[in-house]
Amino acid sequence: MMGTKLPGSDELIFVIDQSRCIGCGACVTACAECDTHKGTSMMHLDYVDRSQSTQTAPMVCMHCDDPTCASVCPADAIKQGDDLLVQSADQSRCIACSNCVYACPFGVPEVYPERNMMMKCDGCYDRRSEGKAPMCASVCPSEALWFGTADEFDRTRAGTLANSFQFGGQHVTTNVYTVTHELGPVDALLGRGETPQAVTDPFGLEEVGVS
Amino acid sequence: MARPPLSDAELVERYGPHLNWEPPGGWDAGLEIEREVDTHCAFCGQQCGITLKVANNSVVGFEPRYDFPFNEGKLCPKGVKRYLQGGHPDRLTEPLQRTEAGFRDATWDAVLDRTVSEIRRIQSEHGPDAFGVISGSSLTTEKTYLMGKLARLGIGTANIDYNGRLCMVSAAAGNKKALGMDRAPNPWSDIPHAQVVFVAGANIAECAPITTDYIWRARDRGAKLIVADPRVNPLARTADCFLGLRPGTDTALYGAILRELIQRDLLDHDFIEQRTHGIAEAAAAVDHMTPKWAEGVTGVPASRIEQAAELWGRPATGMLLHARGIEHHSKGVQNVLACINLGLATGRYGKPGCGVCTITGQGNGQGGREQGQKSDQLPGARDIGNPDHRAEVAAAWGVEPDDIPQEGLSYEEQFDAILDGRIRGLLLICSNPMVSLPDTAKTRAALEKLEFFAVIDFFLTESAFHADVVLPGSLHEEEEGVVTTAEGRCVKINAAVSPPGNARRDTDIICDLGRRLGAGQHFAMDGPREVFEEIRRVSRGGVADYAGMTWERLEAEQGIFWPCPTEDHPGTPRLYERSFAHADGKARMLPVEHRDPAEVVDDEYPIWYTTGRVVSQYLSGAQTRRIGPLIEQYPEPLCEMHPRLASVHGIADGDLVRVVSRRGSIEVPAQVVESIRPDTVFIPYHWAGHKAANQLTNPVLDPISKIPEYKVAAVRIERIGPPQRPVGQAAP
Repeated sequence: MMGTKLPGSDELIFVIDQSRCIGCGACVTACAECDTHKGTSMMHLDYVDRSQSTQTAPMVCMHCDDPTCASVCPADAIKQGDDLLVQSADQSRCIACSNCVYACPFGVPEVYPERNMMMKCDGCYDRRSEGKAPMCASVCPSEALWFGTADEFDRTRAGTLANSFQFGGQHVTTNVYTVTHELGPVDALLGRGETPQAVTDPFGLEEVGVS
Repeated sequence: MARPPLSDAELVERYGPHLNWEPPGGWDAGLEIEREVDTHCAFCGQQCGITLKVANNSVVGFEPRYDFPFNEGKLCPKGVKRYLQGGHPDRLTEPLQRTEAGFRDATWDAVLDRTVSEIRRIQSEHGPDAFGVISGSSLTTEKTYLMGKLARLGIGTANIDYNGRLCMVSAAAGNKKALGMDRAPNPWSDIPHAQVVFVAGANIAECAPITTDYIWRARDRGAKLIVADPRVNPLARTADCFLGLRPGTDTALYGAILRELIQRDLLDHDFIEQRTHGIAEAAAAVDHMTPKWAEGVTGVPASRIEQAAELWGRPATGMLLHARGIEHHSKGVQNVLACINLGLATGRYGKPGCGVCTITGQGNGQGGREQGQKSDQLPGARDIGNPDHRAEVAAAWGVEPDDIPQEGLSYEEQFDAILDGRIRGLLLICSNPMVSLPDTAKTRAALEKLEFFAVIDFFLTESAFHADVVLPGSLHEEEEGVVTTAEGRCVKINAAVSPPGNARRDTDIICDLGRRLGAGQHFAMDGPREVFEEIRRVSRGGVADYAGMTWERLEAEQGIFWPCPTEDHPGTPRLYERSFAHADGKARMLPVEHRDPAEVVDDEYPIWYTTGRVVSQYLSGAQTRRIGPLIEQYPEPLCEMHPRLASVHGIADGDLVRVVSRRGSIEVPAQVVESIRPDTVFIPYHWAGHKAANQLTNPVLDPISKIPEYKVAAVRIERIGPPQRPVGQAAP
C-alpha cells in the first residue's frame, strides 16, 4: 500500500476500515436484497483465520481508476460509468470466461455458473444516483463500511485514508478508500504503542501459567 | 397432561421451523410496493428504526430508516431479514386444539371458552394461584400491560411473570438497590463522550451490534476500551485491556479493581461524599482482594487488573456497559452492584459520557418490565408489596387494593410449582421455555405435567408443541403500540399489515379473554391506542411515568425518555444529574463479597461451561430459526474450545463432541479457536431439542433477582468422532 490520492473535501467517498469490522454479516444480507441480483450477495466477508481470532474482513469492489477486470475482459462486458463506478458484467456480453476473476488484484469478481455470468459489487450506482448511500454502508453497525464526505471523515474518524496499492509490478489506485492506523492501542502504564493483548496472548496464559 | 400429540419430528415437519428464503411470491414476483411504513425492528432492545415495504398486505422488504437518531439506518442481519417472517409457511392462521391425532383447527369461541373454563376449573379445585401466566418482553408495552391486568384482575392469580426474568432482572434489582430506580441512566449518545469504555460481560458485536458504532465513535476521540469476557468476542479483539476472566468470578475481578482504585486514590471524593452512602463498607468488603489474589480466582493476570484500574480511574469521564455476561448468575445482582460501585467510586453518574448501563436484551426489555407483568411490580414500575403503590394502582383500576394479588412466583419458580403440583394450568405468550429455560429435561417434565396449557403465539414453538389450545396472535408488524428501548426511550411501533387468516391482534385476544372471564369492565378497550391511554393514566405518578407521552409525540420527537409526567415535559434522557432516586437522593455503595458460582468444576466435571448468543439468531430462535439466510450464516450450535483443551481430548476442529453436565448432554461439532479460555467451553443457546444448550445449564437462581445461572456450570467433554458432514452445514 502506498500513497493516497486525496479526495475533495465535499466529495462523497466510500471507505472500508477493516479494523472496525465485527463480522456480523449485515452487509452480506442487505446486499442480497438488491433488485438487480435478488437473493445473491455481492459482498465478501471472511474470517482472516477463525482458529486464531474473530477478526473478519469485509470487501466491496474497490472501483479502480483503471479497472484491471475491464481491461482483461475479452468481451468488453465490464464498463466504467461517468460516476467512476465499475459496473457488474453486462449480461448480454459476458461469456463467463473468468478472466476478470483471475485478474482482479482484490479478488472481487465471481462467476455464477447458474447464471453463466460474472457478477460483482457495482457500488449501488442506482441508489447513489438517487442520492442514497450504498446499502452495505447504510446498514453496517460498526461503520467499518462508511459513506460520506472526506471532510466528514477527517472531522469524525481516526486513521488515514489510502487508495493507492502496489501489487508486485502493478500499481492500482481506487475510488474506494481504505484506512490505515498506527499499530495497536497505547499501553496505559508504559505510554507506548503495542500490539493489542487480545491479539498476542488474550488470556495472559504465560503470565498466569494456565496449562 | 400436556404431552405433544405427535413426535417432535412429525410436529417439525408440519409446523417447522421451515426456512423462508424469499419475499412472498419469490424474488421475481414483481410486486408493486404499495406503501413504506416507518417502525422499529422486531428483535433486540436497541429497537433500531427500520422502514418496511408493503405489498398485498405483506411485508416484502425493508429500506434503511436514516432519520431515526439511534441507528441512522444501521441494522444487523436479523433486522435486514426480519421481513421474511411475513408470509411464512409456518405462520399460524387458525386457532388450534390438540387431539390425539395432532393439532386440529378450531373456532375462536371454542379455544377461548375452553381456556376460560379450564382456568376456572383449576382455580376452583386448587385455588386462584394454581393457574400461572408467563408473558414476554418482545411484546409492545400495551400487550404487557394487558397481560399483567389479565392475570391480576381477569384470572385473579398472583402468578404472573415474564421472560425478562431470564434476561436482565439482575441489573434491574442492582440498579434499584444502589440507585433507587431501574433504568439505564444514559442515552447512548453519551457513549462517544466517554474517555474510557468498560464492557463487562456484554458481547456487544453480536448481541447489540449497533452499540459497536457508539464505542468506535468514542475511540475515534481517543477513548480506551476495557473488555471483561471469557471469550475474545469481536469487539474484545481490539481492546486496550482485555480481562479474560474465568466464568463466575466477576465479583473478584470488579472487587479487585475497586480496591486498586482506592489504593491508587483514583476516587472522586467530592462525589462520594456528597452523593453516596456506604464507601467504608464497600471498601472493607474488597480490602483483601489484592490483584494477586484476584489473579488466582479469575485467571486474569494481576498486571491487567492494575491496568484496568488505571484506565478506568484516571480519565474525567467513562462509561461501563454490562449485559447478560454478569447478570446470568446466581450472584447476578452482586455482579451488577460491583460494577455500579466502580461507577460511584469514580463519580461517573449524571454527566455526559458518564454512566453504568445495562444493555437490555429484548425488544421491549425495558418497557416490558415496567408496566405490570413482572411478578413483583405493578404498572409505573411500582412495587407490588408497597401499600401506597397498590393503592395508587387500585384507584386507577377502580378496584380495592386487596383485589390485587400480592407478589407471585417468578418464571423458573412457576416451573418448580408446576412440578410439585401448586400450579396446574398455564397461559403462555411470547416465550419459549423449552429453549430458553435452564435444564431442558426439567422444563419438559413440567410442561408435560400441566393439566391445561394455552399458548398465544404466531408460530408453533417447541413449547407450544405441548399446548392444549393455541391462539394465533400477531407479529410485530401487525399491531401498533409502543416499546421502551435499552436507553429508556419509549418509541412508537407502527402496524404495516393486518394479521393473516383468522389470526388476531394480541390485544384483542387478551381483552376477549378478560371479558369472557367476567372482567369486562377492565377490558373494554378497543385496540392498543385505548390501552396506551390507560397506561398513561395508570402510570401517572409512578416511577416509570408515561403520563406526558402521546403516540403523536413519540413519533414527532423520535421517542421520549421516561419519566415524562406532563405533555409539556421533554422526557429525561440522562438520569441522576442532581440526585439519585432513593428518598434521600443519594446512591448506595453496597458491600460486595466474592463467592463461587453454584456449581464449580471437579474431577468428574472439570471444565467450565458458559452459554450465549450469535449475531444471526434472536433469543429462543422461534422467529429467526425460520429465516433461511440467518440459519445459513450460523446453521447449528458449535462448541467453542481452545486448542490446548482440544488437544488434551484429541479433538480437531469440526469433530463431533459430547458435552455432559449433571443435567444432560449434547452432541455438537467442535469449533477449535484461541478466542476462548482453555478451561472453558461455550455453546450458543438458540436451538431446541437435542441441540438445546440449556440441556446442560443449572436451574439455580439468584436469590434476589431470580435469574437463572446460564453463564456458568461444570461439564466434561468427550470426542465422538470425525466431522459428520461439512462443518457448519446443518443436519437435515
